[in-house]
Amino acid sequence: MTETAAHAVLRGVTRVYPGTSQVHALGPIDLDIAKGEFFSVVGPSGCGKSTLLDVLAGLNPPTAGTIAFEGEPVAGSVPDGVGVVFQEDASFPWLTVRDNVAFGLRRLGMDAAEVTRRVDYAVGFMGLADFAGAYPAQLSGGMRQRVCIARTLVLQPRLILLDEPFGALDQQTRLLMGDELLRLWRETGATVLLITHALDEAAMLSDRVGVMSSRPGRFIDLVETGWPRDRDSRIVSDAAFGAITARLWSSLRTESMKAIGRG
Amino acid sequence: MTRREGLLDGTLILLAMLAVWQALYQYAGSAALTPPWATARYAVELLGTPTFWGHATQTLSAFAWSVAISAVLGIALGLWFGAFRFAGDVAEPMLASLYTIPKVTLYPVMLLLFGLGPSAKIAFGVIHGMIPVVLFTLGAVKNIRPVLLRAARSLRLSPMQTARFVLVPAVLPEIASGLRVGFSLCLLGVLIGEMFASQRGIGFLIINGINSHNVKLTTAVTLIVIVFAVGANSALLALDRRLHHRG
Repeated sequence: MTETAAHAVLRGVTRVYPGTSQVHALGPIDLDIAKGEFFSVVGPSGCGKSTLLDVLAGLNPPTAGTIAFEGEPVAGSVPDGVGVVFQEDASFPWLTVRDNVAFGLRRLGMDAAEVTRRVDYAVGFMGLADFAGAYPAQLSGGMRQRVCIARTLVLQPRLILLDEPFGALDQQTRLLMGDELLRLWRETGATVLLITHALDEAAMLSDRVGVMSSRPGRFIDLVETGWPRDRDSRIVSDAAFGAITARLWSSLRTESMKAIGRG
Repeated sequence: MTRREGLLDGTLILLAMLAVWQALYQYAGSAALTPPWATARYAVELLGTPTFWGHATQTLSAFAWSVAISAVLGIALGLWFGAFRFAGDVAEPMLASLYTIPKVTLYPVMLLLFGLGPSAKIAFGVIHGMIPVVLFTLGAVKNIRPVLLRAARSLRLSPMQTARFVLVPAVLPEIASGLRVGFSLCLLGVLIGEMFASQRGIGFLIINGINSHNVKLTTAVTLIVIVFAVGANSALLALDRRLHHRG
């Protein structure tokens, strides 16, 4: 496969929740995410954003359509090279920060010296070095989310999927976590897909933003931001930032009204 | 609460209980019980006799068996009922009501099933002690945060790895609480069993003391049982707290 080929490809992906009500949650979705791209998805609440992430991660099968990661079909399980960070705190409360971060590597049976080296790097990278011996219960929500990011990062994923990872955090922490995420993205060269409900977050972080309709979620707009690769949260004062956020909102406004029953 | 405060509270409770004991003795006299100091001295004396240890060994062995069986069966059933929603939904109300019935009424049935001897005592301990272990384990598995299991899948763990490295550690603090409750109930079950139909064991020693009006013996043996139970329970409580503290 060539460098320019799409890293993740979705074709006609649909998800209908089985059962008597048969909720049509998603799709059909057609999407190509380029290698090394930072792609964000925004949409009204309940539009199937998280469903899209689950299906792409292989955590849930699509009802119809196909998904490919690095040219291989995704079916039934999370492919090697894909890392997922969830909206809820998914750190393991019985393990210290260090053991949480080392968790995935130890399951692979990696040798101890290499585990230590990689864990030290990830813990330092996420600014957790002073808390390596602490348990998650002793940390703030933002730091616990960093533990989860470090636990994913340490496995050196080539595609990182994040499901509203900063949704539970306050505005200032979210902006700073956004910077961390950009730094991580630049240094690892990974492809990133970020699900968010915050338009400013999507406008600030992404190369491209997909705007989803209300349920069943489909892409109704794709916005290229044109930011340089070495951007950070200071671009919120750039004139283009306002224009991008405004465009996202104008695409989304009608759909959001539908989602709250005013459509 | 600091360690020092805990120690102070413990001492005060102990002193209060000794005062009540002494007052009861003043009120009821030596026909009902012996006073604290004399009892303690006789208890120490008893601990030096091979007869006492003959009975104690019987009880401890039955107790150990019933704790072991309650723990293994209880955790296994709890994990199973917890993992399969339907089985759990059927079993939980049944276990909860079984838990509330006075199990003493089942003792004749146990005797008919297991005969006189240690197996009836063990079985009686198990029916007391196993249910809380099952209920605590079941509850913990049912209430595990789903995101932890999703995280396990995203870290590409096999089902066996998920059980061992995520499910069990996540429910361990609750299992420890269940074991602590089960532990005391097993002791209760075994002692009751010995009181009703046995020629050996601590329970028999107490009932024998009552029948022959040996107040000194009954009170001393009761004291030994209390010290053992409180000591073991405190140790388990400390372990329990430590496990919960991490999470």
